[in-house]
Amino acid sequence: MSTVTKKIVIRYSADIVEQPITCQLVKKYDLDFNILKARIFPRREGVMVLELSGTKENFEAGMRFLKEKGLKVEPLSKSVTMNVEKCIHCGACIAFCSTDALSIDPQTMKVIFDPEKCNGCEVCVTGCPVRAMAVDLSV
Amino acid sequence: MKKRKVQKTYQEINEKIRQRKVVVVTAEEMIDIVERHGEVEAARKVDIVTTGTFGPMCSSGAFLNFGHTSPRLKAMKVWLNDVPAYGGIAAVDCYIGATEVVEGDPLNSVHPGEFNYGGGHVIEDLVAGNSIRLRAEGYGTDCYPARRSERNITLRDLRDAILFNPRNAYQNYSCAVNQSDKAIYTYMGVIRPRMANANYSTSGQLSPLFNDPYYMTIGIGTRIFLGGAQGFVAWPGTQHNPRVTRGENGVPKSGAGTLAAIGNLKNMSPEWLVGASMLGYGVSLYVGLGIPIPILNEEIARYTAVKDEDIYTQIYDYGKDYPHGGELKSLGEVSYKALRSGKIVVNNKEIPTAPLSSYYKARQIAEILKNWIEKGEFILGEPQELLPSDGLPQTR
Repeated sequence: MSTVTKKIVIRYSADIVEQPITCQLVKKYDLDFNILKARIFPRREGVMVLELSGTKENFEAGMRFLKEKGLKVEPLSKSVTMNVEKCIHCGACIAFCSTDALSIDPQTMKVIFDPEKCNGCEVCVTGCPVRAMAVDLSV
Repeated sequence: MKKRKVQKTYQEINEKIRQRKVVVVTAEEMIDIVERHGEVEAARKVDIVTTGTFGPMCSSGAFLNFGHTSPRLKAMKVWLNDVPAYGGIAAVDCYIGATEVVEGDPLNSVHPGEFNYGGGHVIEDLVAGNSIRLRAEGYGTDCYPARRSERNITLRDLRDAILFNPRNAYQNYSCAVNQSDKAIYTYMGVIRPRMANANYSTSGQLSPLFNDPYYMTIGIGTRIFLGGAQGFVAWPGTQHNPRVTRGENGVPKSGAGTLAAIGNLKNMSPEWLVGASMLGYGVSLYVGLGIPIPILNEEIARYTAVKDEDIYTQIYDYGKDYPHGGELKSLGEVSYKALRSGKIVVNNKEIPTAPLSSYYKARQIAEILKNWIEKGEFILGEPQELLPSDGLPQTR
């Protein structure tokens, strides 16, 4: 059976932020999770970045469960963007990107961003000299 | 002086440009041509080799003349978008330096500071045509009675705007590592502790002064690509130091020559002058600069065929040694081929590398310059005086 590993962003509204939901992904759907980031904002909404692994069926069922609970779920790749108009392809970001999501194509010498590898650490946001990277983990 | 098989003059090459018969190649293309045909044949075939570099060049800035108000003001203190500019020149002139930080910036009080706006960004905003808030204060004189002026300006409103960069296009630069136990935030970027990465900043085989290591063709009056327009080499750059250790190919093994560049800011573009925020360090300006090297003889042809694998730099510790000052101890020598491969080995440790200067944009500059010359839009400027070589072999 094929397994998948995906990074997702879950956005909680204030009314459900205190419910134990993430653990249900393990109990009910046999999914492994790795919390990459979790934040609760002053108005009690929350954002969590998770890496989830499991069978494809379980992963999809888990996603349905989260959505039925009223959570907003989307791939992490949608929250992290490279502004290609701004990027000058210097490569300074390579120094601190710990997941190799940012790399240089040795042929074109352009900086490439692979959102699938990104773990949303946000170091590139202020590390990029021309501020070409944006991570939106707001609610 | 050695007898040369090929000898061309600036006038001959410029005549070829006017007749659209000139042969121009980039410094990357020249490598292959010299390898295949030899330097003499290459010198016969090729008239000009174009180079390029696009990196953070802190020693940059612009002289602006913003015109008189009514009543007139002798501007002593000047701000552009709240970034202080130097007003200690005539009544309505100022110099905005690339590294000047916006007033009120928290700097490094919360370390590492973000430095989101400064002189480099003002220059980028100006060339992008954006409106800039100009604020000026004076003390009042009989001829210039006003005390204060505040208005919005754009580059078009300025009477004159001259980019004048006292030190650009460094011929070689150190490779920075960090042997300390904490991450450091430097003008060489973020350097992780225990030598977890190594940063460098030149375009290597494409870089202007690597292709003319003894400054045989580059000097005061050399016409160049500057910020997307045509500019000139104005003078040797500050800290220009030709007397450093060089390889057999003449290429310096550490920082050496520099040049001062000048050009009309009004003709430049935000694609080639980009404000930079160096985390924990400050602001700067990415400058695009390219120099055409006339192939006057086979010796110059040979120099322009220099390859990344034959260009070396020194690795320095920016964690302890560099900030301490004094004589720096090199942790080793490394080639730009190794640096560009993404990994180097220092003290038996493999370290990932990252550049600060954009090879991609440097390549574009060399191509644009080539295109300008081929179309007859760019004529070589013969230097009135070459960059000092202080007794190094230099020929004309």
